Amino acid sequence: MAEHDIIISVKNLKKNFGHLEVLKDMSMDIRKGEVVVLLGPSGSGKSTFLRCLNHLEAATSGTIMVDGQNITDRHTDINKVRENIGMVFQHFNLFPHKTVIQNIMMAPVELKILSKADAQAKALSLLQRVGLSDKADAFPSQLSGGQKQRVAIARALAMNPDIMLFDEPTSALDPEMVGEVLAVMKELAAEGMTMVIVTHEIGFAREVADRVVFMDAGYIVESGAPKDVFNHPKEPRTIDFLNKVL
Amino acid sequence: MIQIMQTYGSMLVQALGKTLLLTLLSLSFAMIIGLVFSLMNVGKNRVFNFFGTAYVDGVRGVPLIVLAYFIYFGVPTGIKMMGIQDFRLSALQAGTIALAMNCGAYMAEIIRAGIESIDKGQMEASRSLGLSYVKSMRLVVLPQAFRVMIPSIINQFIITLKDTSILSVIGFPELTNMGKTISGNTFKSLQTWAIVGIMYMIVIVALSKMAKRVERRVNIGRA
Repeated sequence: MAEHDIIISVKNLKKNFGHLEVLKDMSMDIRKGEVVVLLGPSGSGKSTFLRCLNHLEAATSGTIMVDGQNITDRHTDINKVRENIGMVFQHFNLFPHKTVIQNIMMAPVELKILSKADAQAKALSLLQRVGLSDKADAFPSQLSGGQKQRVAIARALAMNPDIMLFDEPTSALDPEMVGEVLAVMKELAAEGMTMVIVTHEIGFAREVADRVVFMDAGYIVESGAPKDVFNHPKEPRTIDFLNKVL
Repeated sequence: MIQIMQTYGSMLVQALGKTLLLTLLSLSFAMIIGLVFSLMNVGKNRVFNFFGTAYVDGVRGVPLIVLAYFIYFGVPTGIKMMGIQDFRLSALQAGTIALAMNCGAYMAEIIRAGIESIDKGQMEASRSLGLSYVKSMRLVVLPQAFRVMIPSIINQFIITLKDTSILSVIGFPELTNMGKTISGNTFKSLQTWAIVGIMYMIVIVALSKMAKRVERRVNIGRA
């Protein structure tokens, strides 16, 4: 892969919480437009790894380059880098005191990226895209889980990010709402968004991912194209995990 | 009772005005003090944490009456000892400082608890969009925290209003001080203190009713 195509480059990342080593030694390059799905048992460090990518967790050691910026360097303006990395959380984390459209408009307006009018137009078109045009003036508490998560995706997209991180976006949803969120994500992937996704949706990973990465106990155990990893897993730990979830 | 009201009515109302002025001034400063020290305590900076905790513990550890004496009598004496001769604090100034410091310490704890009651995911979501810590606090965390805090803040307001009576000891002519004067002049303690008590009660009940209305209004949009 060509050097200039790499948008995220992680080298020897380690992360400790106190004495607990959560990430032991992780290296990974992610290309522009690539969709990477992180799999693994709970406690394997998937979410922590994802949260290191936008510095919600500070790396203990190692380097993380995003868009050519070293985010493990204290002198990097992390806020600027984050403008370019959208994040979607398991529990949505919508701002309950703001309406749906205010949720989406807040960041671009406050960071003076868009005027109020432009931000509003953009928010409305994003809402249309996730199928929630009629909910612009609703409060998050009036939405279903699936609707909340779609608004959260729209909120992240309002900043026009190059990268989207998804931290178990469907784990808190009722089963019948999982599909609507995955559909929006599928569309994003088709449009060429770089995506890093922690999920337990094996079907989705098989269909959408360019690469699946299996993690266990803070290491990358196995990674490759979904058809290889799912159909012909090599490592015993991967086989064991897949037997349990498939 | 009617006689007292006829003779001293306007003085009592004036004194109540002084009480309210002192309350309002101290509360405004206390809000600022509370916000600053609570923010020092919720952050992770150890130096800030140290000063935040020291302030809250220090002020809460001293009775208000002692704090008032210290500021009204002690501080000017200390400043004179440093060679500055014409430094003076009026009873209103000293009273405002003492009450604001006292109420500010409690307010800091109320605000800190309010901020900490907001889910961490709110700050994370805001930061992940590229907003700074300060902006995230101001736009996302504090507006939600204030809703949670409203009942405790109103409670603290009421306590502070009643605490103004303690400042009668430094001679500020607020309502309780006026009560002392009137009962001394008329020897009618029962009637005087009944009137003073009812005056406090009317103001405080009116305030709580108003506060309930505010609380209902800011809760619109919440499930």
